Amino acid sequence: MSTEQNLLTIRGVETYYGKIVALRGVDVDVKKGEIVTLIGANGAGKSTLMMTICGSPRARTGEIVFDGQDISRTPTHEIIRMGIAQSPEGRRIFPRMSVMENLQMGAQLVDDKHFDDDLKRVFDLFPRLKERANQRGGTLSGGEQQMLAIARALMSRPKLLLLDEPSLGLAPLIVKQIFEIIKELNSNEGLTVFLVEQNAFHALKLAHRGYVMVNGNITMSGTGAELLKRDEVRAAYLEGGAH
Amino acid sequence: MEYFLQQLINGLTLGSIYGLIAIGYTMVYGIIGMINFAHGDIFMVGSFIALATFLALVALGISALPLILFITLLVSMLFTSAWGWTVERLAYRPLRGSFRLAPLITAIGMSIVLQNFVQITQGARVKPLPPQIQGGVTLMEGVTENGTIAVQLSYMQMIIIATTLALMIGFSLLISKTSLGRSQRACEQDQKMAALLGVNVDRTISLTFVMGAALAAVAGFMFLLLYGVIDFYIGFLAGVKAFTAAVLGGIGSLPGAMLGGLLIGLIEVFWSGYFSVEYKDVAAFSILVIVLIFMPSGLLGKPEVEKV
Ligand SMILES: Nc1ncnc2c1ncn2[C@@H]1O[C@H](COP(=O)(O)OP(=O)(O)OP(=O)(O)O)[C@@H](O)[C@H]1O
Ligand SMILES: [Mg+2]
Repeated sequence: MSTEQNLLTIRGVETYYGKIVALRGVDVDVKKGEIVTLIGANGAGKSTLMMTICGSPRARTGEIVFDGQDISRTPTHEIIRMGIAQSPEGRRIFPRMSVMENLQMGAQLVDDKHFDDDLKRVFDLFPRLKERANQRGGTLSGGEQQMLAIARALMSRPKLLLLDEPSLGLAPLIVKQIFEIIKELNSNEGLTVFLVEQNAFHALKLAHRGYVMVNGNITMSGTGAELLKRDEVRAAYLEGGAH
Repeated sequence: MEYFLQQLINGLTLGSIYGLIAIGYTMVYGIIGMINFAHGDIFMVGSFIALATFLALVALGISALPLILFITLLVSMLFTSAWGWTVERLAYRPLRGSFRLAPLITAIGMSIVLQNFVQITQGARVKPLPPQIQGGVTLMEGVTENGTIAVQLSYMQMIIIATTLALMIGFSLLISKTSLGRSQRACEQDQKMAALLGVNVDRTISLTFVMGAALAAVAGFMFLLLYGVIDFYIGFLAGVKAFTAAVLGGIGSLPGAMLGGLLIGLIEVFWSGYFSVEYKDVAAFSILVIVLIFMPSGLLGKPEVEKV
């Protein structure tokens, strides 16, 4: 596959936690304007890949090219400055900061003159957050924290948005809303999204392309529709009434 | 009553100095969870830099005292910050991510290094600075059977209390309102996430040391003006008391450090005034032990309280 229109190219990435290997040579491509999803069982290494893209932990071997530059040796905060934002596993809202301050943290690399507009935009997407602007992050409900984590990531005006299980622990209605928001951001603003999901059915329907990860390896890839049809995918990730 | 008020003023003065040092302990603890045992010695280095600067300015023939005081303050803040930065860079940063006790041990090592360095370069004997700011205002006078007793607020005390107040207000605003302060609080709450939002965590930690050292330099200069003598060992006692203040207020809490500093100053002064001067240091240490046993999270150290 040609890597020319790629925003993100991952080649042969191996990541270790001490002596434990978590990624065993991963190849992934994310093109500009795409929604790409990564599905896989618990412990497959999905979150590790998301964090490795951001340099924490660092890939031991392999290449990660973002926007034409190899970032596999770049410090995390500089990778973020290049235009990647992540809503990480566990949301990681700053518990003793208000919703507003959490959003300001997201916007800290962006010129102040954009702040009011960007704030209005995320408040339009998540009106709930506007009502709770002065509440402490740690006291938000799980769903509100998830919205805040996504909103905070958007405040940095990323070229590439990494979402690690945005639907985790949310009511079906909210999940639907969040997926719709992702779709809108992608089609209206051309935002490129790389999405990890347990909710494979929704994720594959939403995404242009998908990857399946098993035990630190990518075992399958294809368009969302293709993967949805594959028996292995259906058996492993879709049985049990995901519809 | 007059005696009480006088002790109150003296206690607040001393407490201001402890509070300024305590902020450095509490901020570093807040952000990297480590007790910087060398911080008391940074305070000591600050007082020596202040003394050298003061004498140099006088030798240069500058005669306006306010100007000398102001320049001395700035110079000692600047150079002491550089020391604080260097200590972190050399002794703590390389150990980040190593086992928990490692930086604690190097902190004690740095404390010894700083003391010995000053002892060798400046000599072991006390260095005097003649009283510079004299006079004051009499707030009230009272009559007792032993004659009259006056409540005095010296200009020196005014300067110390006012400067401390201004610094603490400015500093609280810096932490609560600016983007730098926000980054600091973010690093304290979740370093990994802070980095994921583009915060340069190492630089933020360095800046925390720099700020703590700058405030310790102010305290060092005030100590020099107040007592008129310093030596290479003053950092130990002052450091332990400021650390006690930080623990009393709730380690990690900025308002706690200020409050704890004032309380320790007051306790020390009242203890000397009403009981015995000899045991004033014991009083501070006893409080440390009592707080650690009965109230380990301190007065303002509850998780809900804004920490630095
Ligand atoms: N900090 C860590 N130290 C050691 N091992 C880790 C660490 N983080 C993750 N692992 C291990 O690495 C493997 C991959 O974990 P990872 O969190 O990437 O999985 P995941 O695919 O995101 O799983 P889930 O769907 O449950 O979130 C797991 O076996 C996990 O136990
Ligand atoms: Mg995960």
